[in-house]
Amino acid sequence: MSNIRVLVGTKKGAFILTADGRRQKWKVSGPHFAGWEIYHLKGSAADPNRIYASQSSGWFGQIIQRSDDGGKTWNTPGSSAEELKSEGGMPKGESNKFVYAGEAGTHKWYDGSQHPWEFKRVWHIEPSLTDPDTAYAGVEDAAIFKTTDGGKTWQELPGLRKAKGNLWQPGAGGMAVHTILLDPKNERRIYVAISAGGCFRTDDGGKTWKPITRGLKSLWELPDPDAEVGHCVHRIALHPSKPDVLFMQKHWDVLRTNNAGEQWNEVSGNLPTDFGFPIDVNFNEPETIYVVPITSDSLHYPPDGKLRVYRSKTGGGEWEPLTKGLPQKDCYVNVLRDAMAVDSLDKCGIYFGTTGGQVYCSANGGNSWNVIVHDLPAVYSVEVQTLP
Amino acid sequence: MIRVVLPFHLRNLARVDGEVQLEVAAPVTIGKVLDALENKFPVLQGTIRDHGTLKRRPFVRYFASKEDLSLEPPETWLPTEVVSGQEPFLIIGAMAGG
Repeated sequence: MSNIRVLVGTKKGAFILTADGRRQKWKVSGPHFAGWEIYHLKGSAADPNRIYASQSSGWFGQIIQRSDDGGKTWNTPGSSAEELKSEGGMPKGESNKFVYAGEAGTHKWYDGSQHPWEFKRVWHIEPSLTDPDTAYAGVEDAAIFKTTDGGKTWQELPGLRKAKGNLWQPGAGGMAVHTILLDPKNERRIYVAISAGGCFRTDDGGKTWKPITRGLKSLWELPDPDAEVGHCVHRIALHPSKPDVLFMQKHWDVLRTNNAGEQWNEVSGNLPTDFGFPIDVNFNEPETIYVVPITSDSLHYPPDGKLRVYRSKTGGGEWEPLTKGLPQKDCYVNVLRDAMAVDSLDKCGIYFGTTGGQVYCSANGGNSWNVIVHDLPAVYSVEVQTLP
Repeated sequence: MIRVVLPFHLRNLARVDGEVQLEVAAPVTIGKVLDALENKFPVLQGTIRDHGTLKRRPFVRYFASKEDLSLEPPETWLPTEVVSGQEPFLIIGAMAGG
């Protein structure tokens, strides 16, 4: 029977939740990196025991951690005695060194002026689909970095910021590359999303990028209806069998594209509110998608205090609430953009974490839910590994 | 030997218990102590001061002999009590309010 490993990043550490394929009895391991903010951790598809984690702190900055044994032990990449020698014989600790390529340049600031790019933290790590030593990091201030040596060193792919980066402007939550999607059928194609920056695609492995925002409407935030950048994209998702079809949860609006982002169309349909953060796709049904509607940009909790996941089996447009096992009164948590994931079992498991510290699992595509753990620190991210 | 006290999270990161002891050639300055510390524990690079500029991170403070040295330049000589090992050089996570 397969096993499931859920990787949970929280405000005060990382937790690893494990169960067999029935997904009923769970073991909880953690906190790992206790007291640190763990924005994201994710395992390599090429080597599930290789897991990367982004550990950060307002005091001590960014740390990258890596496990090569499925999360049992962790090290900063390159920190073994042999690896800690550069050519000159001096110790070298650069796994947390994120330096923008060339002249850092400026982006738009809150008051409309230009402001220097400043690295703050890694929001998201996306391991390569084929090479455990290669991974991408989405960072704040928004940029994408790449490692090809297992996280020992990171280099920016500066072409992204050349896609009108001078016009990107942080929102209230900062300005970060928070989503990175790798096209499983075309290794040179990558999508990224940036809050208050937009959505971008490269077709040459990261050298050049272009905004893919046609069809997005952000009337209150962006008066220019033709604005290519500046849209507050909260999350994008794709199904590996149909990588040209993308789904998006924007600040407001849920959208889809059938042509790799060349044109987006709204599919909010009958959602009670189309504001929200995460969006994901059922592993076995490429047109079945999930969102968690949130009241509004001013009220970051579910409408009416009822935590409801909404599912569309038609790729958007027609939505049904999924409530069985979820609190239907007095619930005022949020579900952040990176805090939903799916497994790849025959009956697809859906997982999400809340700012109230609960992690929920549905082992039947969302029909019913069970809480795995309910008193963690605020959950920032949830990833799932389906293990043989 | 220069004695250095690290804050809880950096002790965990460096995997040390208690104080760190460093050999630093005279004259012993703030910058030279931090160089020696990062040399011995490369995992601390970037956590106390910025990788590129070597500027102190905003919420990290330096103390020695009951003096706040956080705003002093890296060339500042440390007090004789620290140089002699009588007093430690303290690296502290600043109060963050809330």
